[in-house]
Amino acid sequence: MSTILRLNNLTKKYGPVTAVKDLSFSIEKGNVYGILGPNGSGKSTTLGIVLNVVNKTSGDFQWFDGTQNTHEALKKVGAIIERPNFYPYMTAAQNLELVCKIKNVPPNKIDEKLELVGLLDRRNSKFRTFSLGMKQRLAIGSALLNDPEILILDEPTNGLDPQGIHQIREIITRIAAGGTTILLASHLLDEVEKVCTHVVIIRKGEKLYSGPVDQMNASFGFFELKAANEEKLLALLNSHPAIGKVSQKGEIYTAFLEEPLEPEALNTYLFENGLILSQLVKRKESLEEQFLLLTNQTTV
Amino acid sequence: MLRLLNIEYHKLRYSKSSKVLITTYFILITFIALIASIEFKFGGINFRVADQGIFNFPYIWHFNSYIAALLKLFLAIVIVSMVSNEYSNRTIKQNLIDGLSKKEFILSKFLTVVSFSFLSTVFLFVVSLILGLIFSDYTEISIIFSDMEYLLAYFIKLTGFFAFCMFLGMLIKRSAFALGFLFVWWILESIARGLMKYQIFRDTDIAENIAQFFPLESMALLVKEPFSRLNVIQSAATQLGSEFTKDYGVHWYQLLVVIIWTAIFVYFSYLLLKKRDL
Repeated sequence: MSTILRLNNLTKKYGPVTAVKDLSFSIEKGNVYGILGPNGSGKSTTLGIVLNVVNKTSGDFQWFDGTQNTHEALKKVGAIIERPNFYPYMTAAQNLELVCKIKNVPPNKIDEKLELVGLLDRRNSKFRTFSLGMKQRLAIGSALLNDPEILILDEPTNGLDPQGIHQIREIITRIAAGGTTILLASHLLDEVEKVCTHVVIIRKGEKLYSGPVDQMNASFGFFELKAANEEKLLALLNSHPAIGKVSQKGEIYTAFLEEPLEPEALNTYLFENGLILSQLVKRKESLEEQFLLLTNQTTV
Repeated sequence: MLRLLNIEYHKLRYSKSSKVLITTYFILITFIALIASIEFKFGGINFRVADQGIFNFPYIWHFNSYIAALLKLFLAIVIVSMVSNEYSNRTIKQNLIDGLSKKEFILSKFLTVVSFSFLSTVFLFVVSLILGLIFSDYTEISIIFSDMEYLLAYFIKLTGFFAFCMFLGMLIKRSAFALGFLFVWWILESIARGLMKYQIFRDTDIAENIAQFFPLESMALLVKEPFSRLNVIQSAATQLGSEFTKDYGVHWYQLLVVIIWTAIFVYFSYLLLKKRDL
């Protein structure tokens, strides 16, 4: 599998503020990556650096194993960051023609890509007449003009209404299904959970995790339990070797596991000790909970 | 290089305001011909401007270069806005992301600047040639094509001025403020020159010697005012007992000063873009 992008100890300082700190990760061909982080965590700055619009302070990055310089490599990349930027006085088609000239590709794919993002009937409308959702879709269409090796999207659904969000997600899912590598920066977890196979989590410019989504948390999950005899339940849970922290929320006790434990085993243990449960649920943390755990903003 | 010009042409051709300004500019250059039709009565004598020799070869090259250069402000607006609009539309960012290098971006703007200057020069050449062939008293080939250095000076002057505009657009990022700054800069240069001439270095040439290196002043010196060179004015002056001894020529070192300024403006535009986080 070939590496599309590799970051080595990338750092960016804005005066005294460190926006990106010693960040390293790599993007392999064929995966869908999510960069997750709260607002202001350095996602856009990181993308800005690899896209040649923000100057790095130190460290380096390589496109396609360093075989090409950045602006040549960018011709094989499709990217939109923040809000869509086009010439307001040109029509959709004229804007895309310009992008073709910059990317040095023939203009014969314009209609195909406009069709893909559902804007073919508006090809001759001026960009300034577009709604935000249409602008965002045009941006995606524009990023796809060169059939890029990787598509980079920064907060593609930011500021859109639910229908617009749905349209954009559908387009992204369709593109991902076609085998294009995607790098998606977002603070919306369900967005990443739905489309990404791999995730990079950053907070205050530092990497907290990078790898497959399903291996993100080493935790073994937790049980949600309810019983009439709450004191006995608490005592039994605390004395079980596989169970770590126990917390209470209303009548429900949450027991976090420190090693693997099946529900049958726990049920048997409690029953043998004379406790009958009225509720037993085993759960894994959702991406949101894992994310919050990782970013130290625990809600549990 | 053609690719870069093509990109820039694509950006300009769909912009209505740029098209209007560019067309106006070129139409106004042809309006120099209208000067020929100015007629007025002066103490019972019918005075026709066209008969005063302003369209005689080779003087016409000087006269028309000077008049046409006054119109450069129209193109200056186009150039400042074509640079600063890239910032306000944030398309500069998208251009770079789409794979234009920073060097290519500046080069595409500068090539447009050179093209504008070149087109203006060619256009001015054609207009002057036609006007001259109609009105000039001398039409020998050797006379027609003498003093052509004014066209070269005109070309260099426009390139320098537009490169300055491009730099201001890059520096200030907003067209109105950039044009305002251009005006402020002109005032500052005038004040600096005035201060040196009438306060610091009175009764010497030092003020002029320094001021000729100022960017706008150096451009202005390339094509000096042609009016006092006219026969009517010259003879009137002689009758009044004073004589003009002014150097109207185009000098290589003056061209060089402007070329150096042009290089500085282009390089600093590039440096600004390189250092900036967009």
